[in-house]
Amino acid sequence: MIEIKDLVVKYRRKNEETPVLDNININIGTGDIYTFIGPSGCGKSTLLHVLSGILKDYTGSVRIDGHAIDPKTQRIGLILQNYGLLPWKNVYHNTMLGVKIKNDQQVLDEYGRYILQQLGIDSLLDRFPKELSGGQQQRVAIARAFILKPDLLLMDEPFSALDAISREELQDLFLKIWKENNVTTAFVTHSVDEALYLGSKIVVFSSAPGRILEVVDNSCFQLDNLRFRDEYYDMCMNLRKILDKG
Amino acid sequence: MIKVSSDKKWQGALYSLVLVIVIWQALSWLLKLPIIPSPFAVLINIIQIFAAKMEIHLLYSLGRIMGGIALSILLGVPLGFLMGYFNRVDKVLSPLVYFTYPVPKIALLPIIMLLFGLGEASKLIMIVLIIIFQIIITSRDAVKGIPQEIFRSLQSLGASRLQVFKEVIIPASLADVLTATRLALGTAVSILFFTETFGTQYGMGYFIMDAWMRVNYLDMYAGIVILSLMGFCLFTVIDITERHISSWR
Repeated sequence: MIEIKDLVVKYRRKNEETPVLDNININIGTGDIYTFIGPSGCGKSTLLHVLSGILKDYTGSVRIDGHAIDPKTQRIGLILQNYGLLPWKNVYHNTMLGVKIKNDQQVLDEYGRYILQQLGIDSLLDRFPKELSGGQQQRVAIARAFILKPDLLLMDEPFSALDAISREELQDLFLKIWKENNVTTAFVTHSVDEALYLGSKIVVFSSAPGRILEVVDNSCFQLDNLRFRDEYYDMCMNLRKILDKG
Repeated sequence: MIKVSSDKKWQGALYSLVLVIVIWQALSWLLKLPIIPSPFAVLINIIQIFAAKMEIHLLYSLGRIMGGIALSILLGVPLGFLMGYFNRVDKVLSPLVYFTYPVPKIALLPIIMLLFGLGEASKLIMIVLIIIFQIIITSRDAVKGIPQEIFRSLQSLGASRLQVFKEVIIPASLADVLTATRLALGTAVSILFFTETFGTQYGMGYFIMDAWMRVNYLDMYAGIVILSLMGFCLFTVIDITERHISSWR
């Protein structure tokens, strides 16, 4: 369970303070997947930086399972838009990075091999990131996060740099692995379609400074052939209306 | 890919060598002066005197230059890393580095010799003084050039500072540091030559100047060729290491 209470984030530049996130209150239940959508610059990514322990300068309280955020004790999987892979490590060592730092584990275990297989990158282990396509690089980043067996998975527009076909393919793949592991997930996106496809709940942000406009229960979540259903279009319209108002 | 380009490099090196020998030989034929002997006479002389007269000098020079480079890396790289990683350290040290970088360090030789004597210490200090700045600045810039996302990934994993240095900073900047070392090598060899003309009876610099004083031009050329060859070999070793560890680029 993630509890965010009265969270306010301001960026300080010289003597000026610019509010980025304004009074955020939300709880994300264990094993839930929430998508966060809003106009660019609304502070969605800032929220992930707070949750991942990168940004410590905030007021309010953010707790994961009752404890304050501490990446040293909690297991946080972070997947970024530009993958965050280490260019000097090959696929194998990149996927190992999380467990190496967390557990001092040097060799990939069976679960790790299974994840690599699921993501279809088990034949690319010797390649360096520059030798991979964007989609393949993001698979490596996803593998790294899942192999870590995270308590919390944070995804910052992970599929937005990919072409439409790889994006939908990777969304399906991600959802499949996610269902098997049921990791608490905060997923930031700027795509209405993606928010609907991947989120059990959809958190809609206003433009800067980011406030939560509405938390929408996603009745379409995990429906088969979602993109061909009327409910999907109704929800799309609904979301767009909320976004427009903000 | 890498193999093809290294083959090309070797072809280029061979071509340059042949060209140098041809020009040298032509000059020696045209001018017919004792100061320009034929390259083949020099080569034969090297074969004859190397083991007996030159080897010890080469070993001294090699020791000094490798010691100088090693010391510069050992001191310069950590300093550069600290400056790159901690803004505060950079703010304090950068002005100092920028201020002293353009000072012609060779002009400090008399002071260094007065302070540290005529022995090995002042020779080593001169080499370090001259190449360390390039190494400091390169390692600092290499660290500063690492994208934020990479640090963020590690931060979210709760990596310690030591782990960040081990997993990110060192591998990310190693190739750049080697490039800087390779570039500094040319200067280092010149400095080595210069420092070896004072206060020592060993080293290629001494050997060349001594041969000159004795008007033994064949020996003098042998010394120049061996010193150049030493520089070339060091250059190649660093080049190969650099390509090996930066294969990810």
